[in-house]
Amino acid sequence: MGTIFHLDIVSAEESIYSGPVEFLVAPAQMGEVGIYPRHTPMLTRIKSGMVRIKAQLKEEELIYVSGGMLEVQPDVVTILADTAVRSHDLDEAKAIEAKRAAEEAMQNRESELDYAKAQAELIEAMAQLAAIDKLRKRGH
Amino acid sequence: MAGSREIRNKIKSVKNTQKITRAMEMVAASKMRKAQDRMKKARPYGEKIRNVAAHMSRANTEYRHPFLVERDTVKRVGIIIVTSDKGLCGGLNTNVLRKAVTQMKKWQSEGEQIEVCCIGNKGLGFMSRIGAKVISQVIALGDTPDMTRLIGAVKVILDGYTKDQFDRVYVFYNRFINTMKQEPVMEQLLPLTDERMHSDESSNNKPKTTWDYIYEPEAQPVIDDVMVRYVEALIYQAVTENMASEQSARMVAMKAASDNAGSVIDELTLIYNKSRQAAITKELSEIVGGAAAV
Repeated sequence: MGTIFHLDIVSAEESIYSGPVEFLVAPAQMGEVGIYPRHTPMLTRIKSGMVRIKAQLKEEELIYVSGGMLEVQPDVVTILADTAVRSHDLDEAKAIEAKRAAEEAMQNRESELDYAKAQAELIEAMAQLAAIDKLRKRGH
Repeated sequence: MAGSREIRNKIKSVKNTQKITRAMEMVAASKMRKAQDRMKKARPYGEKIRNVAAHMSRANTEYRHPFLVERDTVKRVGIIIVTSDKGLCGGLNTNVLRKAVTQMKKWQSEGEQIEVCCIGNKGLGFMSRIGAKVISQVIALGDTPDMTRLIGAVKVILDGYTKDQFDRVYVFYNRFINTMKQEPVMEQLLPLTDERMHSDESSNNKPKTTWDYIYEPEAQPVIDDVMVRYVEALIYQAVTENMASEQSARMVAMKAASDNAGSVIDELTLIYNKSRQAAITKELSEIVGGAAAV
């Protein structure tokens, strides 16, 4: 240890980079940050942009991230990358959209929650499945 | 000869059905592998963000995120139900919906209000049919669950929680155990339970000394961001697990259907041959009888 630290770049959909590196530059919210081994623990947001990685005995590597979080510990650094560009307004718009779709669907009916009906429906479906199962066993 | 043509037609139609179910079985098998892959790929992110969140919850004392605070009274419950978009996957959706309905009934008898967020067409259809209050929805996610599509629906629930609209949030989905076995589960999403956050610490990642991060620019917005992403990651994982479950359940169901079609064809062929032979025997005995009369 001392001259290298471990870097993980992960997004919800996949693991993007994992390995020992010497030096790293990331586009933090307050400006670019360069990180060497034994950095103070830090947690910050990063903007969308390029992350520059220098691994031992290798050329510098550039990886694009669309924003996320940067977690720094003395010898482990993790970048939690977002899968898409996020902003508060954008998220808000998506939330409103999801809500609107649900409300539209709700408007078509005004009944109270009908558990009896729900359970009857489910029990029927289960019974059908059980019957199929039984028939299968008997058939073979 | 009466009946033999009908039997032949029937055999043909069952054979056609069998072709379809067999094709669906194979499609599901290949999709299942991809879905399992995706499920595994989502895990590192979930683990990393959990470690960060767990650490923060221990280290930072001046600001406690609302997601971590247990509430005394539970009056309103938000639930997220993850189901598949399409049917023909055995009892998968029925099982998870039954679990949800049983739980909802119990909550309602305790005087709690319930609002639902539906991910997946089947759950949405069911919930609106029975008259549950659906406050947000995402449907038609396709085979690759897209994080950006989930964010909106999830945000409605998370915002509801921060604005005290809900006191608790649960998620229902099918946990993928193996190809043959999927299990409907209910998990408490909010407030985040301690055991969930620190589940792996007893073994290897023992909490070291409590040091805190430097937060840039400020603690609160950064913590908020991490928490929201953590919860989203949990939901994303639930969705990927449910998709892997869906494909394997469909594969098993379609395999059963193809096998059934095979045995139906065997039975029908036997009946067909019997009736054909009966007809020949009858014709023969008629000829013999006729010849004897002459």
